[in-house]
Amino acid sequence: MRRYTFLRGDNNMLEDSPFTIESFYKFLGERKLMATKCCKCETLFLPPRPMCTKCLSTNFNWVKLEGKGELISYTVIHFSTEQFQSKTPYIIGIVKLNAGLNLPGIIRDMNPKQIRVGMNLLVDFDTSIPLQWPQWPRYFFKLDTLSS
Amino acid sequence: MTQKNLVSIISSGLSKFGRLEGKCSREIFVEAAKEAFEKCPNLDPVKDIEALFIGHMGESFEHQGHTGPILADWAGLLPRPAIRIESACASSGVALRMGIMAILSGMYNIVMVGGVEKMTHRTTMDVTEFLTMASDFPFEQWNGITFPGLYALMATAHMHKYGTTEEQMARVAVKNHHNGALNPKAHIQKEITLEKVMSSRVIAWPLKLYDCSLISDGASCLILTNPNIAKTFTDIPVHIIGTGQASDTIGLYERDELTTLKAGRLAGREAYKMAQVTPKDLDIIEVHDCFTIAEIIAYEDLGLCKPGKGGNLIDQNVTNLNGEIPVNTSGGLKAKGHPVGATGTAQAYEIYLQLIGQAEKRQVSGAEIGLSYNVGGSGASATVHIFKRG
Ligand SMILES: [Zn+2]
Repeated sequence: MRRYTFLRGDNNMLEDSPFTIESFYKFLGERKLMATKCCKCETLFLPPRPMCTKCLSTNFNWVKLEGKGELISYTVIHFSTEQFQSKTPYIIGIVKLNAGLNLPGIIRDMNPKQIRVGMNLLVDFDTSIPLQWPQWPRYFFKLDTLSS
Repeated sequence: MTQKNLVSIISSGLSKFGRLEGKCSREIFVEAAKEAFEKCPNLDPVKDIEALFIGHMGESFEHQGHTGPILADWAGLLPRPAIRIESACASSGVALRMGIMAILSGMYNIVMVGGVEKMTHRTTMDVTEFLTMASDFPFEQWNGITFPGLYALMATAHMHKYGTTEEQMARVAVKNHHNGALNPKAHIQKEITLEKVMSSRVIAWPLKLYDCSLISDGASCLILTNPNIAKTFTDIPVHIIGTGQASDTIGLYERDELTTLKAGRLAGREAYKMAQVTPKDLDIIEVHDCFTIAEIIAYEDLGLCKPGKGGNLIDQNVTNLNGEIPVNTSGGLKAKGHPVGATGTAQAYEIYLQLIGQAEKRQVSGAEIGLSYNVGGSGASATVHIFKRG
């Protein structure tokens, strides 16, 4: 993992972006999976938080994650809320990213019969912005064909 | 620390659970309150009850918040202070704990604790939506994860790590429906077969329709007193000797382990320590079987067996009504029903009935010590209470 440096002057978000969930989602719109790292105790956070819950420091750096990880659990949702019912059945997984952080989300383009705990998945981005609140881009998981 | 009676239960009430058409929550609560009042003729509720602590989860169901004073009014308890507590499905378990603390503080001698929820007038899709609000919004709800989905994620992880099977989960449903068939207030009083559970439609794989608890209307309440005055009101008080509560991350995904609820383990540990009892001392238990996997995990988190061995207890009938340690004699959330805000004190109601020997067809003979375990959401809140016959 490397420290992500942002160049001032281009259209990218700046490294002084506030350490908020909204910033996390704005970065997603730039196809970046960003976590934060506490400057004092080096704990990683995803989502970002305004205060480190290990040492109470409020100093962080943004860290760009590779987006690769291993599936630790999954389910196939057949009955959902109004917003998601039209997508059923859809697969939800929790992925342990190589950086050690967990992330939940939809797994796309996967036959439920082929899915198994331990498989390698990759974060991808859907940068279209929904019309309803909150207007956040989405991430999803797909098979990491190179690592599988 | 020596064992101490924290508070005493002198009476309790439970409405019928189920689809209570045409009744709203305040009316349902009166049904529970009336039973508690009638069972305790030495109590003058208007004069004696000093405060009310109410569990109620969702404004969305009836477009009604500020439930505390409404229920105080309809139970005839105005102008007593009334506090509504929201901790998702653990709302009234936490209300019970608040009532205990209120008495222990010395401020009150007699309080009412309880809970209510009205759900069945809504569509299943609406209920799914409203309940989902007790999970993490920015990552879980945002990605379409429902409550059955969260417990399904725990189930898949448990199956993978320990070899727990869908059939073992289904057996929890069969057991609880057997018990529910003996409970005249249960939402569904009908036995079901293993085949029926296994062949029911998938809601969130591996959980099927019959792995899920019921959407119900209902209310429950208890009247608590300072232990020193309990005998003024009843010959057979039940004492609460331990209480525990803990919190965890709102997101299931944020936890190190998906196969256990840490808040539940910690709440249990606190309650056991306070009560000076171990799992071996328990005669009956009510656990939060919002989904069948939750009961299996509860066995492990409460120390009835080692982590991963919960499925064995159900296979060996240990938790059956006539087993070594009966669990969910009421039918549990699975068959008695799960009007979310009412569940915590409804569990305590069942333990109370069992300990005073009034659980009728489902009575566990000679029960002296019981435990109730109430979980909020996917385990961000958990409370455990331990009860002893006085
Ligand atoms: Zn830190």
